[in-house]
Amino acid sequence: MLEHLPALQVVVPLMSAPLIVLLRRPGAAWLVSTLASFAAFAIAVALALRVAATGTVSYAMGSWPPPWGIEYRVDALSAFMLVLVAGVAALVMPYARRSVAAEVPERQVYLFYAMYCLCVAGLLGMTITGDLFNVFVFLEISSLSTYVLIALGRGRRALLAAFQYLIVGTIGATFYVIGIGLLYLVTGSLNFVDVAQRLSGVGELRPVLAALAFITVGLGLKLALFPLHQWLPNAYAYAPSVVTTFLAATATKVSVYVLVRFYFLVFAPSQALEGVPVGAVLVALSAAAILAMSLVAVFQPDLKRMFAYSSVAQIGYITLGLGVANESALTGSLAHLVNHGVTKCALFLLVGGIVLRGGDTSFASLAGLGRRMPWTSFGIVIAGLSLIGVPATAGFTSKWYLIAGAAEQGSWWIVALLVAGSLIAVAYVWRFVEVAYLAPAPAGAAVHEPPWSMRIPQAVAVALCVVLGLFTAFNVGYARRAVDLLLGGGQ
Amino acid sequence: MGHYSYFVTIFLMVAGLYVTIARGNLVKKLVGLSICQTSVYLLYLAPGKLIGATAPIVAPQYATYSNPLPHVLILTAIVVGVATLALGLALVVRIREAYGSIEEDQILAEDGRRDAAA
Repeated sequence: MLEHLPALQVVVPLMSAPLIVLLRRPGAAWLVSTLASFAAFAIAVALALRVAATGTVSYAMGSWPPPWGIEYRVDALSAFMLVLVAGVAALVMPYARRSVAAEVPERQVYLFYAMYCLCVAGLLGMTITGDLFNVFVFLEISSLSTYVLIALGRGRRALLAAFQYLIVGTIGATFYVIGIGLLYLVTGSLNFVDVAQRLSGVGELRPVLAALAFITVGLGLKLALFPLHQWLPNAYAYAPSVVTTFLAATATKVSVYVLVRFYFLVFAPSQALEGVPVGAVLVALSAAAILAMSLVAVFQPDLKRMFAYSSVAQIGYITLGLGVANESALTGSLAHLVNHGVTKCALFLLVGGIVLRGGDTSFASLAGLGRRMPWTSFGIVIAGLSLIGVPATAGFTSKWYLIAGAAEQGSWWIVALLVAGSLIAVAYVWRFVEVAYLAPAPAGAAVHEPPWSMRIPQAVAVALCVVLGLFTAFNVGYARRAVDLLLGGGQ
Repeated sequence: MGHYSYFVTIFLMVAGLYVTIARGNLVKKLVGLSICQTSVYLLYLAPGKLIGATAPIVAPQYATYSNPLPHVLILTAIVVGVATLALGLALVVRIREAYGSIEEDQILAEDGRRDAAA
């Protein structure tokens, strides 16, 4: 049983989806998907502990040994991501019951949970698999279910947002398959480790460069790398709150993780990329993302859209660290995957509470929110501080490592850029503070917080924003081990 | 002429992408997307095929055979492509019910009108 944990990690949520479709009743659907996500989280923690104790776990799917069969590979990096994805999936579930009942028509609720389980299975599969083509299959499982989840949002704009994301997402996935097709033609293998070994020491080779370009653009579309981010604000703004929360905290992060695997474990060992300015391009795009998208966020008329644009900017911080690519910057990048995931999870959970009680998240209707929903407003301020990167919050630790990495390299303009990005974040978080606390509440407004089943996950997520800033054993500790793996060539 | 199949692949890929981006009709966008996805099938299959070779049968009379792996991979990719197309068309049906149009510019104008009224 225990040796099959890597397979169960994906199989449990995957098999829950058809079970939910058969059960149909909303309550039963919720229960199954909650049990599945908590089981997935327990498995992820068990795997992470085993990796910490005994090193990389390799699992041969169907007993076909790699590189012929599909290998599931749990190392320091993927264990870290599995805990994040499964953890957010489990945290969101108790919250989902009330939020989904309020935002999704009752006859579609069971389909919502089925799609949610498929999406979790897809993201966990992308993280755990050691096979290039298998990544594509799981990428499409998670993407297709995501399109449906977004389309379940209220209002017809959700349909258009889902369609636009379907077009862009499919182009991204197609580019990714073209990239791995070229790698397969060159190496004759689809296993990450095997491909890396076959590419090591290879000189300049044009198909490998083309593969790099296709994979970068394809995954760039999925992770919303500036300027390939246009699908993201609409998708986040019109999707149901639970979907926005889950996607913002995990989906883009898993694509970043796959890109990291390619850059540092597949392409880095080959000499094919010498003289290709991958890092410089990433730094330039990330810099543009941080400045432009933070500024755009400041001028959004709607809270949910504002945080969506802020997500694109925060993804810029993560890719910036990949571009700088020294030890500190990479640690910052990987820690920011978790820190930003937790922070945005907290923010969108709280915004979902506002949607439940008020239905509208435009700034005009949030006036005096501090008096109507004091705990929610307080939570948004705390998570907002983490978004800015104030000391003693999660956002601070990762930005600190990013700044240290840029300074080690002597790129002072990047340090200035990181500080400027944080200052603009102060501006957009301040907009919320101004509306919620300084604007007068409409007459006759009483305190009306969301129910406890939603407040507890909100409180846990907000608390994590602070706890991960004070005790950095999980985020920075694991990030360091993952960076050792990346810079040590995967051993 | 050795790269003949690659030229066809790239032509299909670019033509599909162009249609997806340039056309405002949502169904035509999906057609373009499908063409683009189909080009990838060719990219995988063409190098796996040996002219004059058979399917991989382990028997003394068959010496040369085509690489089966790309075929298996593309079988999966075809399933994914069909699922994507089906979901895309389902969304187009819902969009048509909600907006009364499948032309992108009319849909966006409709949304703009509602914003102006609100």
